[in-house]
Amino acid sequence: MPVQYSKLFLSGLYRQLYTIRVFETRCVQLYRQGFIRGYFHPYLGEEAIAVGVCAALEPQDYLTSTHRGHGHCIARGADLRRMTAEITGKQTGYCKGRGGSMHIADVSKGNLGANGIVGGSTAIGVGAALSAKLQGRDSVCVVFTSDGGVMNGSFGESLNLAAAWNLPVIFVVENNQYAVSTTVQEVSREPQLYKRAAGYGVEARRIDGNHVLEVYETASEYVRRCRDGKGPFVIEALTYRQGGHHVNDPGTYMPEEQKEHYRKIDPCRRGRQFLMELGGASNEEVAAIEAEVEQAMEEAVVFARESPGMDVQEFLQETRSYS
Amino acid sequence: MNPLATIAHGGSPLSDRNRVQYRTALNEALAEEMRRDPRVFVMGEGIAERGGSYKVTQNLLAEFGKNRVIDTPLCEASFTGAGIGAALTGMRPVVELLFVDFAMLVMDQLVNQAAKVRFMTGDQCRVPLVLRTQGGTGNGLAAQHSQSLEALFYHIPGLKVVMPSTPADAKGLLKASIRDDWPVIFIEHKLLYLTEGPVPDTDDFLIPLGQGDVKRVGRDVTLIAWSNMIPRSLVAAEKLAVVGIEVEVVDPRTLVPLDKDLILRSVCKTEHVVIVQEAVRRGGVASDLASIIQAEAFDYLDAPIEILAGLNTPVPFNLTLESACVPQEEDIVRAVKRVLSRN
Repeated sequence: MPVQYSKLFLSGLYRQLYTIRVFETRCVQLYRQGFIRGYFHPYLGEEAIAVGVCAALEPQDYLTSTHRGHGHCIARGADLRRMTAEITGKQTGYCKGRGGSMHIADVSKGNLGANGIVGGSTAIGVGAALSAKLQGRDSVCVVFTSDGGVMNGSFGESLNLAAAWNLPVIFVVENNQYAVSTTVQEVSREPQLYKRAAGYGVEARRIDGNHVLEVYETASEYVRRCRDGKGPFVIEALTYRQGGHHVNDPGTYMPEEQKEHYRKIDPCRRGRQFLMELGGASNEEVAAIEAEVEQAMEEAVVFARESPGMDVQEFLQETRSYS
Repeated sequence: MNPLATIAHGGSPLSDRNRVQYRTALNEALAEEMRRDPRVFVMGEGIAERGGSYKVTQNLLAEFGKNRVIDTPLCEASFTGAGIGAALTGMRPVVELLFVDFAMLVMDQLVNQAAKVRFMTGDQCRVPLVLRTQGGTGNGLAAQHSQSLEALFYHIPGLKVVMPSTPADAKGLLKASIRDDWPVIFIEHKLLYLTEGPVPDTDDFLIPLGQGDVKRVGRDVTLIAWSNMIPRSLVAAEKLAVVGIEVEVVDPRTLVPLDKDLILRSVCKTEHVVIVQEAVRRGGVASDLASIIQAEAFDYLDAPIEILAGLNTPVPFNLTLESACVPQEEDIVRAVKRVLSRN
């Protein structure tokens, strides 16, 4: 049965997809210019997963993120100015420049944070769901993880805990097919990762992670069933990075024909198509959204550039609580 | 009333607050904090119906129900991680690990997650998590169930480390740990659970973290120890008193935060220091305390600081060998005499 989507909803999705695309692209430029330092793992090519999943969430819901977490942060409604400031290491950033790209968090929106340890946040997400259940709150927690993340023991342990306790958790496995440079096939006899859930008595589905509507529909169904006490669930969203593992990895091990295939199903371009074909938006309307997003990003860059330098004294004061 | 009390006191009146067991004191702390604050809950292996290996969580299930007294599967890393997630979102979990040795399964969650989330998020959140566990030698439990691993946690900024040596300290410190907004590694000692001592009978009995205690006043030597090395040091001190040596036994009680002032005050008075730790000698907390003392009270010292510690070895199963690995009363007596002989 075809689902009807309003133009407003579709334009919201596209705005998010395009925002992530612009944010990441612009930040890669800033990285090349030396304005961003450290590690930077772009979400380019995977935008539809964060956007589709977060569109299915309500304000009281939680998420835990990964080292590739900018997309989750944006899709959960973060302010681009504070994000850019964080990634450029400014006091005005979400984490006062203490966290950076790999640890960006927006706790006020239920985003418990990106994580530099693959698999490190899986159990924490289970705890957020446990907490909601104990407090009688109607919250769902989405645990974003990956093909790399499910190879870690914490995935099996956490899935088991969430299942044993009937917790409202949705494990979203962003299968971009590479753990840094290692393919799923090289390190797993069963590359269909969602099948692991069956052993824990958990329902799971593999979907097209580059199709924002398919992601949204699956996530919506699972969110609803989580709220009915039927969780947890696993979504394996198949996708592909548009580049290497991080900005300094050229990804030479990624076959050209595969890259070409995923370029053809670019999640951002498809989102634009949905907006125009299903939502009936005109070229001008789409262009207006894009112009707004690009302007917001430029304002964010200016905000970060103009943010004051770091106050070392304040930091030294802060370290007292750790000594 | 707690039926443990009857067992512990062998029929003595339940109101005898001078003879409360260490494990009963811990049980009281948990129950009182759970009554006081609905956000407090406990989870761990075999802690609900079974009441825990050392009976510390006995009867909690009956009073608080299975939502607040949760048996977990054997997945230390993930149920501790779940505790962190719950702490980040409004609860105050007390997670129990059967042995501190098992914390090695949990190091990512403790070191990379719990200790750092508050910092990395620029103070957007707190992790009011207590990780209760127990360590130490004494029952022939061999190399994987007998370690003293406090130095590993002591090393990590963002974790507090609490090691009570008496029933009263156990109770007051556990209550304070539960009310603390930082992750606390609360390490009990397997030989202390059945020890008895006075415990005040008030719900408000709290011992602030970072406040050490002088367990015995003396003028000649400052003996710094914690956990099960305290009762052992107190016996040694009595033996030394017979030959006219008055030992001051200082128990920091919490290694992080550390009551440096209390230690330094005592050192300045006695001018002699012995540090006794059950943990292995290499890279231990004792070494760090010695470095603090020499840096801040060098001019007061009359002799090099003596560190008496466990041997740098895995703990053997055989009981004779086991006791050869960790400081005994006679070792402590000799160490004190050694430091005084350097005058």
